[in-house]
Amino acid sequence: MKYSAFTLAYEALRGHADWKPAWREPEPKAEYDVVIVGGGGHGLATAYYLAKEHGLSNVAVVEKGWIGSGNAGRNTTIIRSNYLLPANTQFYEWSMKLWEGLERDLNYNVMVSQRGVLNLCHSDAQRDAFARRGNAMRLNGVDAQLLDHSEVRAMLPFLDYDNARFPIRGGLLQRRGGTARHDAVVWGYARAADRRGIDIIQNCEVTGLTIRNGRISGVETARGPIRAGKVGLAVAGNSSRLAAMAGLRLPIESHVIQAFVTEGVKPVVDCVLTFGAGHFYISQSDKGGLVFGGDLDGYNSYAQRGNLPTVEDIVEGGVALWPGLGRLRVLRHWGGIIDMSMDGSPIIDRTPIDGLYLNAGWCYGGFKATPASGWCFAHLIARDEPHPLHAAFRLDRFAAGMVIDEKGQGAQPNLH
Amino acid sequence: MTQAPASSASEKRSFQPYRLPDGGLIDRSRPFRFRFDRQSYTGFAGDTLASALVANGVRVVGRSFKYHRPRGIFTAGSEEPNALVELRQTNRREPNTCATTAELFDGLVATSQNRWPSLGFDAMAINGRLSPLFPAGFYYKTFMWPSSFWEKFYEPAIRRSAGLGRAAPGDDPDEYEKAFAHCDVLVIGSGPAGLMAAVTAARSGARVILAEDDFRLGGRLLAERMVLDGRDAASWVALIEAELESMPDVRIMRRTSIFGVYDHGQYGAVERVGDHLPEPPAHQPRQRFWKIVAKRAVLAAGASERPIAFAGNDRPGVMLAGAVRTYLNRFAAAPAMRLVVFTNNDDGWRTAADAINAGLPVEAVVDSRPDVRELPAAARSGTIRVFRGAQIVQAKGVRTLRAVEVIDAEGRATSIACDSLAVSGGWNPALHLTCHLGGKPQWRDDIAALVPKTAPPGMAIVGAANGAMTLADCLRTGADAGVRAAVDCGFTAKTIALPRAGDDSVAVTALWLVQGKGKAFVDFQNDVTAADIALAVQEGFRSAEHLKRYTTLGMATDQGKIGGVTGLAILSELVERSICEVGTTTYRPPYTPVSLGVLAGHHRGKDFRPTRLSPSHQWALERSAVMVETGAWLRAQYYPQPGESDWLETVSREVRTVRSAVGVCDVSTLGRIDVQGADAGVFLDRVYTNAFSSLPVGKARYGLMLREDGFVMDDGTTSRLAANHYFMTTTTANAAKIMQHLEYCAQVLWSDLDVQMVSVSEQWVQFSIAGPRSRETLRKLVDTQYDLSNEAFPHLAARPVTIMGGLNALLFRLSFSGELAYELAVPARYGDAVIRGVMAAGEAFGITPYGTEALGVMRIEKGHVSTNEINGQTTAHDLGAHRMLSTRKDFIGRIMAERPALRAPHRPVFVGFKPVDRAARLNAGAHFLPLGAAATAENDQGYMTSVAFSPTLGHWIGLGLLQRGPQRFGERVRAYDPVRGGDVEVEVCDPIFVDPERVRLNG
Amino acid sequence: MRIICPYCGERGNEEFSYLGDASLLRPDPAGAGAMHAFADYVYLRDNPRGSHREFWYHAAGCRSWLIVTRNTSTHDITRVEFACDVAAARMASFEDEG
Repeated sequence: MKYSAFTLAYEALRGHADWKPAWREPEPKAEYDVVIVGGGGHGLATAYYLAKEHGLSNVAVVEKGWIGSGNAGRNTTIIRSNYLLPANTQFYEWSMKLWEGLERDLNYNVMVSQRGVLNLCHSDAQRDAFARRGNAMRLNGVDAQLLDHSEVRAMLPFLDYDNARFPIRGGLLQRRGGTARHDAVVWGYARAADRRGIDIIQNCEVTGLTIRNGRISGVETARGPIRAGKVGLAVAGNSSRLAAMAGLRLPIESHVIQAFVTEGVKPVVDCVLTFGAGHFYISQSDKGGLVFGGDLDGYNSYAQRGNLPTVEDIVEGGVALWPGLGRLRVLRHWGGIIDMSMDGSPIIDRTPIDGLYLNAGWCYGGFKATPASGWCFAHLIARDEPHPLHAAFRLDRFAAGMVIDEKGQGAQPNLH
Repeated sequence: MTQAPASSASEKRSFQPYRLPDGGLIDRSRPFRFRFDRQSYTGFAGDTLASALVANGVRVVGRSFKYHRPRGIFTAGSEEPNALVELRQTNRREPNTCATTAELFDGLVATSQNRWPSLGFDAMAINGRLSPLFPAGFYYKTFMWPSSFWEKFYEPAIRRSAGLGRAAPGDDPDEYEKAFAHCDVLVIGSGPAGLMAAVTAARSGARVILAEDDFRLGGRLLAERMVLDGRDAASWVALIEAELESMPDVRIMRRTSIFGVYDHGQYGAVERVGDHLPEPPAHQPRQRFWKIVAKRAVLAAGASERPIAFAGNDRPGVMLAGAVRTYLNRFAAAPAMRLVVFTNNDDGWRTAADAINAGLPVEAVVDSRPDVRELPAAARSGTIRVFRGAQIVQAKGVRTLRAVEVIDAEGRATSIACDSLAVSGGWNPALHLTCHLGGKPQWRDDIAALVPKTAPPGMAIVGAANGAMTLADCLRTGADAGVRAAVDCGFTAKTIALPRAGDDSVAVTALWLVQGKGKAFVDFQNDVTAADIALAVQEGFRSAEHLKRYTTLGMATDQGKIGGVTGLAILSELVERSICEVGTTTYRPPYTPVSLGVLAGHHRGKDFRPTRLSPSHQWALERSAVMVETGAWLRAQYYPQPGESDWLETVSREVRTVRSAVGVCDVSTLGRIDVQGADAGVFLDRVYTNAFSSLPVGKARYGLMLREDGFVMDDGTTSRLAANHYFMTTTTANAAKIMQHLEYCAQVLWSDLDVQMVSVSEQWVQFSIAGPRSRETLRKLVDTQYDLSNEAFPHLAARPVTIMGGLNALLFRLSFSGELAYELAVPARYGDAVIRGVMAAGEAFGITPYGTEALGVMRIEKGHVSTNEINGQTTAHDLGAHRMLSTRKDFIGRIMAERPALRAPHRPVFVGFKPVDRAARLNAGAHFLPLGAAATAENDQGYMTSVAFSPTLGHWIGLGLLQRGPQRFGERVRAYDPVRGGDVEVEVCDPIFVDPERVRLNG
Repeated sequence: MRIICPYCGERGNEEFSYLGDASLLRPDPAGAGAMHAFADYVYLRDNPRGSHREFWYHAAGCRSWLIVTRNTSTHDITRVEFACDVAAARMASFEDEG
């Protein structure tokens, strides 16, 4: 049933008796053309675009738990394309464009809210670096505005301007950036993919990859083997473990990043805000909770929890930036396991195994990439050749030196 | 207390109509006045805001999130879903504060929230009437057309109506602090189990911390009429408390919530130091954040009662049965005049008994179990109607409960008029802390509850938190765990006799949902009903996580403490799977919400991060220096003089003075590392791209370091002070990072080398003394036995000297400015004296102090790279420093620097830029485009890294990275800067703008 | 997290900074295929879920580089060694074999 205000009103009169499951729960078939491993946003989006853009619907998405139970449901819901390096700028801008039409594309309100993303700067050098990035964005057709101190102050009068350890000098604003409702993205893609015939198979952990003569032929799962001509891995956080099943080592470490939400309050901030003198970013959800995060804990981890030093560091940044936060309360904090790549940029590429494709290395920025990641990965899998939008996200770029290192931190994942 | 409350409008509310005439743990000699929604009331010391409101007969205290239904006080603890208020005013306003845990103080002001215009009449209550339009997840299905309306109209409307209370309008005026505590045994909770654990562990000699959320020890014992060792519970608690207080190794932390369990025995706790007072006392924080490291922990957090879902179960006047007892027994406040009890367990009967004991009429007890074994005496005496095997299908009333509809075992309906309903659906162990490190709970059928399956390392779980629901079991498990914890910490156990206590039956038969017409709430605050759960399941949201996220069940401020388990149980019945199979959501820290202020502690404002000051800081302030934040440092940016109109005039004057006479600049922020050992030279050869083992003693050399990935990491000068002794400088930004890197190289990569290093950044203060008259200046400063002539002390000389009559110093002839220049390092404690000495020595030569701006201008004029160019993305080739890559030795980064992409000919390379229109200003961050080319990414050829106005040349100059830059001198390109509205034509040139022949340097 | 530094005793992890996999050995820069070996060394990681030997630097303490054996899914720490001792032992064993 199509979702609309009309159907909602109609169903309200009928006691909501007709709503059907948003997606089926099919038994896995013995064979598919394509199996996507990972029922997060990226995997489901890949499946959706395989069907929509490439006419491939004999596709299964296999998920070890429930769809969206990994990072898709743990992130801070920010969408933006305010990158410096052209490979990233162009890719994330394509993602922004897909976000902008996603509700109608999926017939699902994923609550894309383009309320602006503002990065604050606190020194002349940082402002110049932001100018460099803002200009790069403009050259790539992305909106960017460099605000000075007074423009920031007019926009966000409640920040600490007069007693700050690191005074706010200005900021880089992308007005088209903002947030989207993370769970809705998962459910919207799942529903739309399901309606195009794709099988979403939950509670089906992949335990092995079947490879013969250097070519993939299927996956072993907790619910039995599934044959497939092509297999795409979209399991950020666990990419190394899955790749190891194919004998591959990746330029990736798994790290934990924490996120926080406060109790709900009436609207206090209407953009996404990042502090430039500490690791802290914040936005307010439609329910009123302030959603925030900051730096990684910094050590390899597969445990979905963080530790106190990082909690303190992040909150200190928040209260330093915005002293009025002090009396609000953290309701919940949690951790997600992310693929930190060696240059801080993602990988969407073929692997040395024929028919095995890799979508990985999303660091802390995978959510905003969801539409473009799925769109590009679908293209790669369907055509067996990269689309120009993600051609730079190669697996061999490290050996060749074609790193995409936004922050210039080098091969140390916890610094990106 | 049997008459109805007086209702005269003129009557001042100084008396408390629902206060019982005696009893309770309140201090009737200390009345406190307080206001709620502008109405003035009186309570007593020992009250919570909620108990005082109960005593005053206030029924409606809040509105729900979505339907804005009037709500009353539902619990007596931190799990309260309804009675959330804005506590205090203006910048001390705390939204969403539980009235049930807020201690009453004289002058307290609280305001209801999430209602407009008033609590009594809330316009948004229309949502309740329209509720068929707002089922679970309705917003995913609509608001999509037209698409521009989402941000403009729908979302702002949703955001305005959502949220709960209002945040404080300004900066938080209170202080916070952080503290560490270490102990053998941390006991969490001071109910019967916790007290026994603490006292047994302490008697065995263990260092014990007993943390209690409440302001009084005792836990449930405060709320129940129980007898231990023949004493009433409160006096037994007082006895144990006195013993614990007398023991030196016991720290009792009241008003302290253990909110999280972290790895390796670390616990996060918040002590509410001043929240029970109008304002924190002078010199005291509002709250204190404790990081407690405990060898063992005993979790005795008790359990919280859960409701039963039935139509209208949220009406003001419906309250958890245990909370009714708390208000009666602990606070001597009557939540009811005519009480009905609805229970599925024996515990509910206690409420009836306690109400009767307090003199309140109990209209009926409705027990869903057909086979209730024993009834309290009062029920047996026949004054109470008892319904066995019956259910309440509806509670009626809007702003207060008026009646309940009972369907008895035979299916007959009875309506019972009442003003209060005590509900008990059983108890949920407070197991949250056991899950913070990944533990999962398990289901126990006999108590129809989730209990911990595993405990975090070092934690024992006792009492009701572990499903031990009788008092005797709580005491026993607590004592056992206290002994075990002490023994685990190496103490000899001292066993103690357990207090004699009752072993009352706690039998429960699960009842989650009573089918009926009307909204049956599961998560009260978020207005999640049983029908919402059913719809979610119908739409395929069948796992606990999906259900939570789709309906928002368990996402309110109580984090599912009220409705979480009930929701899971309803889900499991709908999908016909066990609760274990549908799974539970993960309990995350904090256990109860924690203020951001306390987590930040004092790290805010100027104290956000430490400030490093050079020893010349005070002197610089005396010179009216303008300071600038440079990483952790505050540095003098420039030194304005009277009559100078702006920074540019000052900086230009400083530059001209240095280039024509002499200037002094504090460069102490550079990292300094002392490297010693027989292999120090070999070691430096490996970490620098160029050679240092060949450096003669008494000389300095500029060095470049790469990361192992081949990109430039840092630069600086290193001097050889003796055969086995080098003195390294790093950039300010990378000082700590380089130290760590060198230690890595020495300890991990080449532990066979004889080399040691130590950071001496703090030990030395360093001044750059630059300009044609710097030698003359230094001549007056350096003791006379040292020859400073160009021959004796040439460019790059580096030697120990004495100055000012015997003060040890290091003198380097180094130049960042391109002038004849020196750097003078002296022990940090002499920094102030030496800067004054330098100024005195240079006075005759017209010396000026100069700051970071002039320093930057002169380095740009000389084409030296700095942090703007060494940004982690550039190679030695990019920076024109490829001649520094030795081909005769290995060094860190050598191999990877040879990767094809790092040597690609299209990489932008370091060059200089001049505006074609010499009056034009340049901006760093501009990108370079060929003249006439479109502003597109394809035409992007590089960017400007640094700019300055050169007083020497009289126009702006820039440094930057440009594709094939060195081959394009004289060519014009666009410096494109749309974010600042700039588009300047520039000429590509050599990056050395001043004195390329290095005449001044060697002068 | 708490790490027991063999020199300083048990300390909070905020005193340490982390580098990563300690099983990696810097390749011989003069060896055949050094470029390939270095690319693997600099960029590729096993990234195991489970036991992981990793470098921590006691930056706010004794400045020792430590090799901590930690389970990446439970954070259980089973061993802490001085990195220089491990390096010395490895060199000694090389010499024994050589």
